[in-house]
Formats: sequence, C-alpha cells, structure tokens
Amino acid sequence: MTHYFVQAFIYLVAAVIAVPIAKRLGLGSVLGYLIAGVVIGPLTGLVGSETVTIQHFAEFGVVMMLFLVGLELEPRMLWAMRNKLVGLGGLQLALTSLCFAALGLAFGLDWRIAVAIALMLSLSSTAIVLQSLQEKGLAKTEGGQSAFSVLLFQDIAVIPMLALIPLLALPELIAAAGAGAGADEHHHESLSLVAHLPGWLHASVVLASVAAVVAGGRYLCNPLFRFIANTGLREMFTAAALMLVIGIAALMSLVGLSPALGAFLAGVTLASSEFRHELETDIEPFKGILLGLFFITVGAGINFGIISENLLLVIGAVVAVMLIKALVLMLLAKLFKIHASDSWLFFLSLAQAGEFGFVLLSFSQQNHVLPKDLAAILSPVIALTMFLTPLLFIFYEKFVVTRYQKHGAEQQDERVDEQGTVIIAGIGRFGQIINRLLLANDVPTVVLDHSASMVQRVAKVNIKSWFGDASRPDLLHSAGIEEASMLVVAIDDKERGLALVHHVKKFHPKVTILARAFDRSHGYELSHAGADIVISETYYSALELGGEALKALGQHAFKVEQMKAAFDKTDKQAREHMYAEWAKGDEEQRFTRSYLDLFLEVERRLAKAIKRNRVEGHDNSEGGWTPPPKAYLDDFD
Amino acid sequence: MASLDSRSNTRPGSNRVLILFAHPAQDQSEINTPMFTMASAVEGVSCVDLYGQYPRHDIDVAAEQERLRQHDVIIFMFPLYWYSTPALLKDWMDLVLEYGFAYGKDGTALKDKYLLPVISAGGAEAAYQQNGYNHFSIRELLRPLEQTANLCLMKFVAPFVLFGSRTAVEDKRVEQHFQQWRHLLQALVAGKVDLKKAAKLEHLACDFEGLIK
Repeated sequence: MTHYFVQAFIYLVAAVIAVPIAKRLGLGSVLGYLIAGVVIGPLTGLVGSETVTIQHFAEFGVVMMLFLVGLELEPRMLWAMRNKLVGLGGLQLALTSLCFAALGLAFGLDWRIAVAIALMLSLSSTAIVLQSLQEKGLAKTEGGQSAFSVLLFQDIAVIPMLALIPLLALPELIAAAGAGAGADEHHHESLSLVAHLPGWLHASVVLASVAAVVAGGRYLCNPLFRFIANTGLREMFTAAALMLVIGIAALMSLVGLSPALGAFLAGVTLASSEFRHELETDIEPFKGILLGLFFITVGAGINFGIISENLLLVIGAVVAVMLIKALVLMLLAKLFKIHASDSWLFFLSLAQAGEFGFVLLSFSQQNHVLPKDLAAILSPVIALTMFLTPLLFIFYEKFVVTRYQKHGAEQQDERVDEQGTVIIAGIGRFGQIINRLLLANDVPTVVLDHSASMVQRVAKVNIKSWFGDASRPDLLHSAGIEEASMLVVAIDDKERGLALVHHVKKFHPKVTILARAFDRSHGYELSHAGADIVISETYYSALELGGEALKALGQHAFKVEQMKAAFDKTDKQAREHMYAEWAKGDEEQRFTRSYLDLFLEVERRLAKAIKRNRVEGHDNSEGGWTPPPKAYLDDFD
Repeated sequence: MASLDSRSNTRPGSNRVLILFAHPAQDQSEINTPMFTMASAVEGVSCVDLYGQYPRHDIDVAAEQERLRQHDVIIFMFPLYWYSTPALLKDWMDLVLEYGFAYGKDGTALKDKYLLPVISAGGAEAAYQQNGYNHFSIRELLRPLEQTANLCLMKFVAPFVLFGSRTAVEDKRVEQHFQQWRHLLQALVAGKVDLKKAAKLEHLACDFEGLIK
C-alpha cells in the first residue's frame, strides 16, 4: 500500500509542478505532462518498469476522451461530416499506409511486417491532438475540424485493423511461440472471450458486442439514468456514469477490441440523451487526470537505452514518419481546398504516430506479426513523434498564425461573425416560450433543467432539453458556455438565478445575460449581479391585461395601444432612476425612504404622461396625431 | 440617438446629410439595405433605420425634430409601396412634421433645408409614363411629398430612383446605381451637387454627370 501511495505521489507531484510551468511558458499542458514523464522516468529513474502497467491503466483516459467526443457528436452530425470523414480520413489512411508500406518493402521487410507497421504509423494521436486543439481554442477552425475528421476516421479504422492484424501473423513467429509453449503474450489478456476462437467467429463476437453497446446506449441507459437522477444523489450519478464507461471498456477488452472505440460508439448513441451534459460533467475530471497520466507514461516510457543504441535509425525513422505524414496531409489539404493557416494547422497537428499505434504494436506482437526487436525500436519512434507534436503546435501559434494574421485580417473577421448558441437555463413555462421563439428562427439553443421529470415532460411536446443544474459551473462548461453568445436565465429559484448571473458575468464576461425577474427587487438584484437585459415575468402580461381592461371600458383600441406605449416608456425611464436609488441603499435596507419617495414621484409622472396624451395643445412634443388648431388656416392667408 | 450629430459635418459650404431609411423587410432587400450600409460608411452622413428604431411605431417626436434641426439635407430612403412611402415613414411624417414646428405660424424649423427621395421602384421606367401602365411619371406620383416639402418651406430635389428593382441584381444594373449613390452622397456632403438644377429634373439619373460640380 505504502508503495502505491509513494508512486501516486511522485506522478502527481511531477504533474502539478511541470504542467503549470509548461502552461505558463506557453508550451501547453500536453508537453508539460510529457516532460514530467521524462523527468521522473528515464532522467531520474524515480519510476521504472511499472510505467507500462500504469500506461494500460491510463489508456483509459483515451477511452473516456472518446466517450466525451462521441457525446458531442449526434449521429446526424456524424452523417453530415461523412464526406470529410471518409474522403479526407480515408485518403489520409490509405495514402500514408501505402507510403510507409512501400518504404518498408524498400528496406527489405517482409510484406506482412511492412503492412502492419504502415497501419500503426498511419494513425495519429487523438489524445494529444484533440487535447491541444481544445486547449488552444482551435477545435472550431476549419483546420481543427478537418483534423478531427481524420482522427475520427482513424479511430473507426482501428476496428478493421485489429481484425486484420491476426491474419498477417508470420508462420515462423507462430511456430516460435508454439515451441516456447509458455508464451507470456497473454499475460494481461488472460480474461478473454475470444482468444482461442477462429477468425470468423472472433469477428462475429466482436460485431455482436458492438451491437450490444449501441442497443444498450439507446434503450437501457436513459431509463437507468432517469431512475438515478430522481433519487437526487449526485455521487450515484457519477458512479453510474463511471460504471457505464468502465463496463463498455471491459466488454470491449473481453472481445479483444479497442475500448476507446466502444466508448466512442456509446457516446454517439447517448449524444441525444437528455443526460448528455451531466455525463460530460461527471466524466470530464476523470478523463483529464487519466489522460495526463497517460502523457506522463508516454514520457516516462521513452527508453533512452534503445534510442542511443540505434540513434541514427530512430532519428531517421522519426523524421521519415513525420515528413511523410505531413507531405500526405499537405497534398490532401490542397485537394480538399483547406487554405492558408488552416492547411498549416491540419498537417502540422497530425504529423505524428499515436496511442493507437502503441495498441496496434502490442497487439501485433501478441499475434505474432512483429518480431520483438523491431517492436522495441518502433515504440520510442512513436513516443518521440508524439513528444514533438506539442512543439509543432507552438510553431503553428508563434509563426504561422502571426504570419496569416498580418495577411488575412478579413478572414479572421468572418469567424468572429459566426453566431454562437444560446443557453437557456430552466425550461418551465417561461423558458419554453423563449426556446420556441428562438428555435422557430433557427437559433441553436441548449436547454438545461435541473428536474429530470420536467425534462421528460417537455420531451413529450418535442422540446429537447438536458438534465442538469445550470448553476453549477462545470455543467455550464459542458453545455458550451465558452462558445455561447448568450445565456437566458429562466430558472424559478431566485437565489440560484442570481448566483448563476454572478458566476457567468465574472468568468464569461463576453456572454450576454438575459434574465427573468420575479418582481422589482429581484430585477434590481439581477441587474446588480450583471444581467444585461432583465424583464419582469409579470410586467408585460399585466400591461396587456390592463390594456384589455381599458378596451373593455370603451376606450378605442388604438388609443389604448398609445397609452400602453406611454406607460411603458415612462416606466422604463423611471426604472433607471429607481435602480440607481435602490443601489445606493445598503444590503439590509434597499427600499429606503428616498426610494419610496421616488416611487411615488414616478406614479405621478406616469399619470401625467398618460394625461398629456389627452389634452390638446402644441406646447408639448409628446403628443401624437394631434390636429392643428381650429384657426390654423388663417396662417396661410 | 447617439448617431444624431456625431458624424455631422459643419465645414462651410458643406452639408450635414440625414438619411431616414424606411424598409419593413430588410432581410429580403437587395437594393435598399446594401445602399443603406454603404451610406453608413460615408463621412458626414447620419443614418437612421426607422423600422429598426421604432419597431412598434412608437416614434419619439422630440428626438426626431431635434435630428431634423441638426441637418441640412434630409433623405427619405424607401422602396415605393403603392406609389407612396411605407407606413412607418408616413407615420413619421404625420407625427414629426407638426404644426408650429414644420408648418403654420412659427413653423419654420425646416426652412431652406432640402428634401431628397431615394427610391427603388418595381416597374420599369417605361411604365412610369403617360402611355405606360402606371400612367404618371415618378415625379408626378411623388407630388404629395413635393408639396409636403413646399408647405414646410423646404426645397424638393428630384428623386434618385432605381427602376425595375426586382430584377436589377440579375440584370447587373445595381453596380452602376450603387456607384452613383456613393458619388452622390459624397458630393452632397461636400456641397458639390447643383441642387438648383437637381430640383428641375424628372429624376437624378436623367443628367447625373451634369449635376456634380
């Protein structure tokens, strides 16, 4: 036990020191983790061989990340991306693999080995690239989106690759393994449903498991989450979310499939679930820490012994891998008309091998495709290309972006123009109307409500909303407050509404806040907290009904409209004064004597404004459609 | 009313130009909205989107009168609706051009200011003739505006018109019109338009080059 504590402490200390420093120096968190890994691993030897075991554990961070990526992608969006996904992703994989395979053959490798190596090197690092893109706010650019398409295609392509690799097994390696009889290959695969099944049966079990994940995500999860949400126990929800992801990972491992892909699939099937944002919020911190741990183990796992023994070979391979990948990507950027800085981002970000490369590497070894000595050299090559990627991102930020900022200022403007979404907190009777109006005008909204039964109820009238407490900062983050242009606060809890306005104003000052007030004092408090537009929930409906009263009393409809307009105008002007007076009072005594005096004064002003509309005369300019004086024709004589 | 006098130009010989733009369907506008956007980039021109400012026709009469006082050339810019202005601009006239301000005893606030209609019209120019289907020329049809100007002691300027506006984009006629529009505004601000001559034309494009001094 003590041993684990010490080890965990070393990892955490390394991360806590290295990551903030790296971030402060503008190197990004990924490079920070990698450096931390190098320091505690090969450099000081604080951690040793156990990094491999930990890496298997930390790969779970990638699983969670793909689950989260899947949650962001509804099947519909996936479909809309299909051209880029298949075209860009497919061509990248095919061309890069072809180049590497040809290179392998040229170096005299067996064709089966050449194909296996080509496949594992053609994959890029989803973990590093997505993390860096998100961290640097590049995920929504054209380059970032294109990179994501390629990564996603690669993640999907891992399935057929994993099915293909056993077929590439070398007869002599199988024989050697058979002779060795013991074979430590299966040491961490001891729990496997498919280890001894023939290829075709293996494939069908794999397909059945994938179908199970999709069906489970679609039909089982929502009722389960609803049941848990209704108990109101936060930690139970977190436990259920973890249970889901870990369960999928376990199932996928049992059938020898990438857990990351299973999690991604589950994420996509849950993308339209009302619990999506709550799930994101619960999984996110685990993902962050595990992914960090994964990066540390990549750094710690770099074996300088092997590198120095094969220095030229390793350096040559690293350069060749990155150069070939970048050239292929550059060609594709031209082909798919990705221009300027986006094209740079695209080929710089993806020019590395990735964590799936590691997975394929060990998988190939287990399946007797790769000899051990070759695998030992490939491993540091993959790690080094990953290590260099954050540096390429820095290069992009420091040189490419600044260069294009000078040239293409106009292009930048267009991006700013892009309309963000509107987050609506609360989907009760108030929020519903706002949501309907916005949706009817094609404004994208994200609706949050803390009552699972409310979410379910409005779903019956085709309103899509998400379960979650909008006043929690992490949930706002999952709902996309960073990219949102506006927040509508329509929750029916005064205090939580105020807290929400306070928080968003402080941490996301760019977001416009529209708030529903219950009464005058709540309205003032909301304005005080930083809400940009405050409307009292009763004001306009009362004004309408008041107008109906005047009409029923015999006033002309158009005259009533004018009266209402005059009332509204006077009240709006007075509101400013009254708010200022209210703000002067202290916390305890907001409605001071002078405030009440002002209130009475406003009432007088209101009556006057209305009356002014009734009297004849031209000494005031507030009137409308007042006829000229009876004797005005004399003026023209 | 921040735009009131911020861009006004007070150099001698120059004009402070005010555009009162009335268009109730700007998301479908192909002519007027681009022209309004262009105008807002011209220095010395104040631009007011009436439907934007008064979506409920709740016109602030005092502010509008003050705005008129601050300018020399008043442009009514609108798509021609039933040979007249869109409803809000008519409301604006009914409310703002009050007795005692714009006309009648002591109503001299607008004296010697210019009124220039800038219009897009659906029919071709050939339709706005005695033997065309509209039977009257555009200048004849705008007589209510002209007489309004007269009664307010203003000087009426012949309209700047784009005919056949529904197909102007497809027929590639807008570019020239836009160019003349920008030219006209700059010349108005600089006081380089022969307004006496402009008052006599049927519409400004009849002798556009001859107008600019």
